[in-house]
Amino acid sequence: MAIEPVIFWVFSTILVLSAGAVVTVRNPVHAVIFLVLAFFTSAAIWILLEAEFLALALVLVYVGAVMVLFLFVVMMLDINVAPLREGFVRNLWVGIPVLAIVIYELWVVVGEKQFGLDKVAAPAGHAADYSNTKELGGILYTVYMYPFELAAVILLVAIVAAIALTLRRRPQTRYQDPAQQVLVKRGDRVRLVKMAAEKKQ
Amino acid sequence: MISLSHFLVLGAILFSIAMAGIFLNRKNVIILLMAIELLLLAVNMNFVAFSHYHGDTAGQVFVFFILTVAAAEAAIGLAILIVLFRNRRTINVDHLNSLKG
Repeated sequence: MAIEPVIFWVFSTILVLSAGAVVTVRNPVHAVIFLVLAFFTSAAIWILLEAEFLALALVLVYVGAVMVLFLFVVMMLDINVAPLREGFVRNLWVGIPVLAIVIYELWVVVGEKQFGLDKVAAPAGHAADYSNTKELGGILYTVYMYPFELAAVILLVAIVAAIALTLRRRPQTRYQDPAQQVLVKRGDRVRLVKMAAEKKQ
Repeated sequence: MISLSHFLVLGAILFSIAMAGIFLNRKNVIILLMAIELLLLAVNMNFVAFSHYHGDTAGQVFVFFILTVAAAEAAIGLAILIVLFRNRRTINVDHLNSLKG
């Protein structure tokens, strides 16, 4: 028996369950942890699809950077969860039917009839010395050079925007000024007082 | 064997769960942001699956750009969230009505 279907079913089950947990658990911190699990399992599924570079980038960039950022923010904000949960059950009556309808509609569109093995044959696996990173790099730095530069600019804009938004100047806070400290002369701080010696009575 | 439609249906289920999550957690901005991340993940799943089954690397390049934009979006979204919380002491969407004409 081939190992691929086993891997696919196990990981897609974990993925769907953790995605469901992300949107239903009460504690936002737990939601972030479940989202990390979802990203990990989808990275495994991408490796099954022979997109190794993207799978590793997903783990490094998403789990390593974005989700840690999420975790920081969730833990930093002191959130009272109870008022945020009100209306959850009421919205469930809208959410569940919408969920069912959308899944059914998408299943009709992308189901076995349209994209089954008889329509799109499974590709032969790549050779052992095939490098997904090499191929992706080759196409990224030639054909997609201009969009790649644009992506870099987008990241720069995001950095500037995030810092500009959260930076706050507090005028009442007292800071040290090293230049002033260095410029201080002895005369500014020490005052020698001349006085006559006194005798003990 | 696993066919292309298996991966597409998986992406569809993920997308729908995230969309239902937006319905369910209308008040919590953090969960909304996480649901958007899940939506993008579902879309990326479709791109990678098509890229694999059609033998075309362009799909993976597109996923690369989606990841970039999603990271930028998450960073700016969280920055806005922090500024919001600093000013209003809440992240409840219902209380964000100061622009209500």
